[in-house]
Amino acid sequence: MLLTIKYFGLIAEVTQISEETLEFSGKQISELLTLLYAKYEALKTKDFQVAQNQELVATDALVNGQEIALLPPFAGG
Amino acid sequence: MRYNRHIILSEIGQEGQDKISKAKVLTIGAGGLGCPILQYLAAAGVGTIGIIDFDTVDLSNLQRQILFGSASIGKNKALAAKERLSDLNADVTINTYPERLTHQNTLELFEQYDVIVDGSDNFETRYLVNDACVITNKPLVFGSIFKFEGQVSVFNYQNGPSYRCLFPNPPEKGAVPNCSEIGVLGVLPGIIGTMQANEVLKIILGIGNVLSGQLLCYNALTLQNTILKINRSESAIESVLKDKANFQKQHINMGCEVSTENISIYDVSLEDNVQFIDVREDHEQPKVEAVPITYVPLSEIEEAYINIDPSKKAYVFCQAGIRSEHAVERLHELGVTNCFSLNEGAAEINDYLNEQLETKSVKS
Repeated sequence: MLLTIKYFGLIAEVTQISEETLEFSGKQISELLTLLYAKYEALKTKDFQVAQNQELVATDALVNGQEIALLPPFAGG
Repeated sequence: MRYNRHIILSEIGQEGQDKISKAKVLTIGAGGLGCPILQYLAAAGVGTIGIIDFDTVDLSNLQRQILFGSASIGKNKALAAKERLSDLNADVTINTYPERLTHQNTLELFEQYDVIVDGSDNFETRYLVNDACVITNKPLVFGSIFKFEGQVSVFNYQNGPSYRCLFPNPPEKGAVPNCSEIGVLGVLPGIIGTMQANEVLKIILGIGNVLSGQLLCYNALTLQNTILKINRSESAIESVLKDKANFQKQHINMGCEVSTENISIYDVSLEDNVQFIDVREDHEQPKVEAVPITYVPLSEIEEAYINIDPSKKAYVFCQAGIRSEHAVERLHELGVTNCFSLNEGAAEINDYLNEQLETKSVKS
């Protein structure tokens, strides 16, 4: 299936893009992450949460939405 | 007359304005986020406003910290903010706490307020504020920024999720750079802080949809707003409540991976063979002039560390004692082992060293 992946904050600095579409044939979010880690090695060292169709999900959740977001914590003020 | 434009709104009216004037709101930090938050809350007539900030105003703050002017430089931020806000609205009672928020003073402080607003600039404080809000059961209006992006949410509101339900644990120290290291668009904290003030007023008034269970992600470059849904994690909240009894025994560095050794300038023996290292960037003021200083800006640490004399004990400082910790961690990795991070910022260190040297010259 075709997924739109959105990157925020420090994560977008690693990927150098804020959004991309990706063909994905696996099942779980964790499989998608493995794919992204292979593409962007520095992602492995970053903290982030994953949202699917605008809702935070665990990494064992099934990929069933079209939009995935990788969201890092910010502390600036 | 002052609140006429509020009172003529049917959603607020005199009744709503009375709620605002009875409300007590505590703002953590009077910096980039704290300034707009405080400005709008004071203008709106929030009856009691608390401000806690240990830091002093620096020239580089004026690009975004709109409560301050040139005359505020060197003053404590909480006190300088009060000066401006008292002029803006003398009806408001302003309590200032020119000190650090710690596990020891937080709970008692939070108990005195209805709503807590987080405008701090580091993860340690953000997790401390979150956990204390869970323990004291206070709503937390959260806002944070990174370069051109901001996050806003309301945590711990009517059994909604907490910050730990979103991000269970703080990232490793130094993994996420802060504004002083990477910069921030000046207007961004203005936008995010104003959104936080808006959430505070909605909570007080009980109108609209409070941003609970949701995280708003704002991008100033694309003007894209994304709202993500967050669910309450009972285990994350339980873990905070379970540790309630030990809360006040903790120190702010606990739980973060700190390999640095920290020391207070007041405990430094000046008789020893010592050197002082300033890891701030060139433009940062005030300079410490009481003793010779070796300059090793954090941004150039990989090259500049060779200027540190390995035969002397190195005391590392910055503006507030946070970057110096990161610097010491990096120096350890670079093989400079005999170095310590000073808890205090440059201004306080300079004052203390000047005092010490004066006493010494009087004695001799």
